[in-house]
Amino acid sequence: MDKFDSSVRRGLPKAYEVAPNSNINIKTTSDLQLEHLLSNLLKYGVIMASAVVLFGGILYLIRHGGEPANYHVFQGTPLEFCSPISVLKAALSGSSRGIIQLGLILLTAVPILRVVISLLAFLVLQNFSYVMVTSLVLVALMYSLVGGH
Amino acid sequence: MNILEFSLLVWMGSFTAGFIGALTGLGGGVVIVPLLTSIFGVDIRYAIGASLVSVIATSLGAASTYIKKGFANVRLGMLLEVATTIGAIVGALIATFVSVKALSIVLAIVLIYSAYLSQRPKLEHPQSQSSDSLASYFKLNSSYPTPEGLMSYQVHSLPVGFGVMWVAGVISGLLGIGSGAFKVLAMDQVMRIPFKVSTTTSNFTIGVTAAASAGVYLARGYIDPGLSMPVMLGILPGAFLGARVLLGAKTQILRIVFSVVLLLMALKMVYTSLAGGF
Repeated sequence: MDKFDSSVRRGLPKAYEVAPNSNINIKTTSDLQLEHLLSNLLKYGVIMASAVVLFGGILYLIRHGGEPANYHVFQGTPLEFCSPISVLKAALSGSSRGIIQLGLILLTAVPILRVVISLLAFLVLQNFSYVMVTSLVLVALMYSLVGGH
Repeated sequence: MNILEFSLLVWMGSFTAGFIGALTGLGGGVVIVPLLTSIFGVDIRYAIGASLVSVIATSLGAASTYIKKGFANVRLGMLLEVATTIGAIVGALIATFVSVKALSIVLAIVLIYSAYLSQRPKLEHPQSQSSDSLASYFKLNSSYPTPEGLMSYQVHSLPVGFGVMWVAGVISGLLGIGSGAFKVLAMDQVMRIPFKVSTTTSNFTIGVTAAASAGVYLARGYIDPGLSMPVMLGILPGAFLGARVLLGAKTQILRIVFSVVLLLMALKMVYTSLAGGF
């Protein structure tokens, strides 16, 4: 998380007053609508993913809390927790680590969804240079998820 | 140590890291990897995986607030994400074949550099009226709220900024950190946009950047649910709280203490790497 200075913490008025400056770049209504949508997506996305991780975490500690912890030696996470599809299977079968991992994948999906929504919004707005920009980001993300294996 | 005790200790450590990371503006990720490796003895690959998912969580939470308040430049963020996501994939792929020793040394250098950056005075840049034609093409020049009202700003040297962001992406993918320090450098120093906009826009891009390397890490078995759970659930509320606490003048003292801690962790990492063990 980055810097928060005092004016951010104090909170600013909801309606921005325009400074006495003639040459100002004011955001358009469509920009503001997109920002509002993205802001809510991020907020609810992270709350939902954390809830899944917390639920899985409690189950995990109840079931495995007494076992010895061993992260000193790298063995690699078991294969069943290494791809979205196998994680979903593990979580549905009631595995507590599978549920945690599902929460983590949901969390990763939120920024990806944010890019998809932005792409659609720019398509609707017919802003083609940004359609290109968001498509490139999406291709890179898809490569990471699919080509990483 | 059993899993319950280990998870509780890691949770407390992560909460503190998130709290101090948000207060000082360095981010929790840069602290959590050395914390897990040097204090908890976790293998650096598991530590990177756990840090990465936590970085996504804090970035999303903070970005949501920043966008609503009108600080983050969403267009600029999206454009720079092209550079950071490609960089992050490159970094994550490099991380899977370089030695643990090399990773530790790179992390130590990044720690020292972050400690240095956190000490630099933050100045709002005077605005020159010359405009970058690429920045105008992408409609990047925008405005942000200040106590005096809405202020306009312009984006400069877009291609160089783009290049520095690519490097920030590589480091993020390599070490599982947000590398906010490098992103702010690109925006602050190179593109000369106001400090408030650069930090918040940097935060906005971190989620997508980290998601790009998360796919690679997941496939390689670096993301362990048992370890990532207490790290994520600790950093997130820690950062949330840290962002809301007013420290005023004490922030400067905290920054210095935090930099010293970063330096010590960096030196310990170099020492253990050179001494052969890890």
